Amino acid sequence: MTLASIIAAGILTYFTRMTMIALISRDMLGDKIKAVLEYVPSAVFPAIIFPGIFINDFGTFIEMNDPKIFGALIAVIVGYFSKNIIATISAGLVSYWFLIFVVFN
Amino acid sequence: MLTKKQLFTRGMLDISPHMLSVIPFGIICGAIGVELGFNPYLVYAMSFIIFGGASQIVFLQLLSGGASSLVAVTSVGIINSRHLLYGAVLSEYLEKLSFIKKLLISYVVVDQGFAESNKFFKKNRSEEYLHYHLIGTGCTMWVCWQIATLSGIILGSFVPEELGLKFAIPLTFIAIVVQDLKKIDHVIVMITCGMSSLLFFDAPFKSYIIISPVIALFVAALLLRLKK
Repeated sequence: MTLASIIAAGILTYFTRMTMIALISRDMLGDKIKAVLEYVPSAVFPAIIFPGIFINDFGTFIEMNDPKIFGALIAVIVGYFSKNIIATISAGLVSYWFLIFVVFN
Repeated sequence: MLTKKQLFTRGMLDISPHMLSVIPFGIICGAIGVELGFNPYLVYAMSFIIFGGASQIVFLQLLSGGASSLVAVTSVGIINSRHLLYGAVLSEYLEKLSFIKKLLISYVVVDQGFAESNKFFKKNRSEEYLHYHLIGTGCTMWVCWQIATLSGIILGSFVPEELGLKFAIPLTFIAIVVQDLKKIDHVIVMITCGMSSLLFFDAPFKSYIIISPVIALFVAALLLRLKK
């Protein structure tokens, strides 16, 4: 790993952040595109959530009885009703730990 | 009308619960770099220069696995290309800013900051200094990320791997989208994205992270057409 490669990766990353903010003006996006962009959070974040649950560190699918699936379900239920970010994350982590340290141990 | 300071503080408060997952993830990110045998200064330089959690870990793992710099840099670019979508959404709210301010604010646009500021923007369109909310979320994230990755670099192998703290990342994003499960169209878009991400997980350069949102947005466009 060289500083030059980090800088190259950094510049590339900065361009992904800056391009649309600095170079696009409101008139360039039509109403139809704006309506579709309303869905950006729902269309992007599951691509981080699903692999984070269903694919392990070695890049293969987990078993269907993996504690992560249970933890994620608990997080969804707690998040849905509590509307609280800390409660959602804690509930998921604690139920996950409960399974790996208490039940499966 | 809220003042700049109030909006900045509101941004800080809105993103701070996510630090529960961001800080452990940052610590892991720093620790992995040192454990893979990289120069600690370079591992830290990534947090400052790239400033993007998942992409930093992939960068380290690819290089330690013997991939060329070109492959590693390309992968970082592709993983982070999702920011183009965030920028497209945010541009509407930031258009009144000067070009220089747009260039500066762009550096702190991150996943959770985009998500929380976008929620705030939708409800408070008329505020004059809206962008201070985004600066608040972005700066909070930046400071915590620097401290967390530095701690990870210092702690190194002391970070307990068996806790599975990486799992906090999907949880933080569940907290962001969970309220949209009330809307059937959003549920369809989420499932499309999630299933596509598993289907294309092995696509080159980690491109599943941008392929699946594009497919999901295409489905969203179809849904909008059906609604009419």
